Amino acid sequence: MTERFAPPPAHGCSKTPVLKERGQHEVFCGLTGIIWLHRKMQDAFFLVVGSRTCAHLLQSAAGVMIFAEPRFATAILEETDLAGMADAQQELDRVVSELLTRRPDIKQLFLVGSCPSEVIKLDLATAAERMSAQFAPNVRVLSYSGSGIETTFTQGEDACLAAMVPVLPQTDARELLLVGALPDVVEEQAVGLLEAMGIGPIRILPASRVSDEYGIGPNTQYALTQPFLSDTHEALQRRGANHIAAPFPLGEEGTTQWLRAVADQFGVSDTTFADVTEAPRARARKAVAQASEALRDKSVFFFPDSQLEIPLARFLTRECGMDAIEVGAPFIHKAVMSPDLNLLAEGPTIAEGQDVDKQLDRCRAARPDLTVCGLGLANPLEAEGMTTKWAIELVFTPVHFYEQAGDLAGLFSRPVRRRDLLKLEAAE
Amino acid sequence: MKLTVWTYEGPPHVGAMRVATGMTDLHYVLHAPQGDTYADLLFTMIERRNHRPPVTYTTFQARDLGADTAYLFKDAAMAAYERFKPEAMIVGASCTAELIQDDPAGLAETLGLPVPAIPLELPSYQRKENFGADETFFQIVRALAKPMEKTARVTANLIGPTGLGFRHRDDIVEVSGLLMEMGIEVNVVAPMPASPSDIAKMGQAHFNVLMYPETAETAARYMEREFDQPYTKTVPIGVGATRDFVNEVAEIAGIAPVLDDSRLRLPWYSASVDSTYLTGKRVFLFGDGTHVAACARIARDEMGFEVVGLGCYNREQARMLRGVAKEYGVEALITDDYLEVERRIEELAPEMILGTQMERHIGKRLGIPCAVISAPVHVQDFPARYSPQMGIEGANVIFDTWVHPLVMGLEEHLLTMFREDFEFHDDAGASHHGHKAKLRQDDRSKTETPAPDTVQTGTGPIEIVWLPAAEKELKKIPFFVRGKAKRNTETFASERGVSEISVDTLYEAKAHYAR
Repeated sequence: MTERFAPPPAHGCSKTPVLKERGQHEVFCGLTGIIWLHRKMQDAFFLVVGSRTCAHLLQSAAGVMIFAEPRFATAILEETDLAGMADAQQELDRVVSELLTRRPDIKQLFLVGSCPSEVIKLDLATAAERMSAQFAPNVRVLSYSGSGIETTFTQGEDACLAAMVPVLPQTDARELLLVGALPDVVEEQAVGLLEAMGIGPIRILPASRVSDEYGIGPNTQYALTQPFLSDTHEALQRRGANHIAAPFPLGEEGTTQWLRAVADQFGVSDTTFADVTEAPRARARKAVAQASEALRDKSVFFFPDSQLEIPLARFLTRECGMDAIEVGAPFIHKAVMSPDLNLLAEGPTIAEGQDVDKQLDRCRAARPDLTVCGLGLANPLEAEGMTTKWAIELVFTPVHFYEQAGDLAGLFSRPVRRRDLLKLEAAE
Repeated sequence: MKLTVWTYEGPPHVGAMRVATGMTDLHYVLHAPQGDTYADLLFTMIERRNHRPPVTYTTFQARDLGADTAYLFKDAAMAAYERFKPEAMIVGASCTAELIQDDPAGLAETLGLPVPAIPLELPSYQRKENFGADETFFQIVRALAKPMEKTARVTANLIGPTGLGFRHRDDIVEVSGLLMEMGIEVNVVAPMPASPSDIAKMGQAHFNVLMYPETAETAARYMEREFDQPYTKTVPIGVGATRDFVNEVAEIAGIAPVLDDSRLRLPWYSASVDSTYLTGKRVFLFGDGTHVAACARIARDEMGFEVVGLGCYNREQARMLRGVAKEYGVEALITDDYLEVERRIEELAPEMILGTQMERHIGKRLGIPCAVISAPVHVQDFPARYSPQMGIEGANVIFDTWVHPLVMGLEEHLLTMFREDFEFHDDAGASHHGHKAKLRQDDRSKTETPAPDTVQTGTGPIEIVWLPAAEKELKKIPFFVRGKAKRNTETFASERGVSEISVDTLYEAKAHYAR
């Protein structure tokens, strides 16, 4: 089904030795995921148990106060909590009781661990169990860690979803489960395409409301829509569910292969598959071709950010005509990443982890045409004359599946086109 | 444990970063987990800095905690020195590293670095960003500056500007100009943009200009004590304050006050008839103590507004601000809980808010115009153009900035005249704004629900009911004064024991409060 694309490379990057680095990481911690998770789960509240730094991070990452009273907050640990003058568990009970009284609309509460709460070994799992019993059946309380000592950026979503898997009921129903928090518009497109092929019932993790939940069991077939969900993947494996391995649905090729893998699992015929996908594929191809004109034969360098780097490098090299110099990811889980690594032709350095100053040295030496990096690095690199794409936009923008493939290419080509557009020198 | 939704100040190590990022040739080694690097984007994105903050994070992870995190700190500090070759380093811990007690100060000492490594003790669970900046600057001054012979000519240090400061970049230029006009040279401006070797020369100035007490008061007191340098107490924000500042500087320096006010336009703009509509506009101020105190004076004495409330989020300035509030006959709101600020604004229903980025959002929600006067601020408050808050040009900038969000004079009258016109009605908002402001929620809910309001009086609560005709009349009053009219009428009624408000009551109250 990938006949319109170059055949997969003889040697993908699956066997490429990975450059593993240990040094300063210029990345967000897992708490950041709360920014999109709390919009996705409309009856959920995220209570970070942490420090002023955690609250400040959430505020800075959210671009400051988009929401009047958002469904997240930080219970800031104070001197008295640390010095043992106050029982932290009792304090937490007090804060949660106040919170749930003020927000009776909350049906699920996540206690989110942070660096300080992990270091002082504040047991949030036990707290969650205690509170679940206390507030049942109105509110379900779960816990996970979004701390920077354990999670990087998108791993926060992984930890959150993984925490939800064990509490889902048992079922023997043969159902398709899509795993990953996608923007509503994208999720509806994905479901629309699959339903048009006669696949169903389709479930989503995370469900937008606790009342929409479903069961999990050995007949559950699940496909990940995001590459950073390895803990959730393992949690689903433990429930006996079956993983549908595929490249991630980014770009025309990724989307087609992803849909094909799901369709195969549900016995969809080639004709039906073609009928459903032909038109959106053609649109995606056309949109990508237009949006990627500025990217052809240009080079790209990825700093680690969201774990989307490998699928994105696959998209940029195979559909947009770019050359990858280095593809850095915070973590590389071969179990979920192999299909994408197999499609990424050998050549680029594949790096895991980070030593930011050394990586900056490599990047400056390589002088890529486009550097994909975090917000802390983008302007400094622009000031050095490099063209950058800030990576967080790739997480906060609808980019998956066919109708967004052109937008995805556009996110990368806009900075390149902009540099060509600006004429700031005196006329000759 | 304190439940927090939004914060006015970051943790203290962010204050230290503001000092380090403002300076040159200084490097900060911060013992911290990986997520703490988020703070870099405050400087690179919000302030649009073209360099990474000079901060090395040790980036320890959970798996390091069982073993030895101290070596991570040492490695990071050595590598940072080798790579950046700074003139001096500051070393410290963020909130998490404070808990694991690796003692960065002691570790740095054992490294035998060829440059000073200044240890910072910033209690993350007690103090906040401004304290962190103030303490860091103080420690740097204490470590590097020494008593020196004073310069032959009269010179001054400007102290307080930092990275991410509200208009610090332009205030430095403005205040330097004020001093230059008096023949006073600037010795060192610090922390931004000084280097450690500049700091070492601070002792030779005759006095210090304390621009921002939030970030440099401890250092100012130290230098007064150790280097015999008096420091200025007036912050030159506003016309009156700028004149006072010039007089204060003249007295300290023993010279005649000189102020070139040929470029000063605020007084005339404020006196010109178009500004009549500003008279008695009810304003609420919130921000850091210094900016709020200075802006309250401008609001009342230079714009002709009525200050109906004020407050600050930094407790360090609480005492000073309570004193200021007394002068204005209001009670100071000292809190870092933005929900509390929002409640106070809702209660007071001012016609304008002078606040921070947070109050701008509160104003947006309540449909009250807002101008920003203090940190925390967002990217749009770091404008490309020159726009100081201090000195002569600062006063001009403030006039423009504060007037801009308001509905203009004649337009206000037209909105009143044609308030029921289908296009030109009061919720249409000001013509010079891109999008219309929403109706104030409280007005809408209270005027639309027939439920009686309860007003507290000396003898206990009595129920006050708006008769339908009066309610209809109230709706004809332009939205930006409706809240005030409603409250005045209710107060007027309750003081007279009137429980039903008629159209007559409404206009009697209007006559009573007319000015």
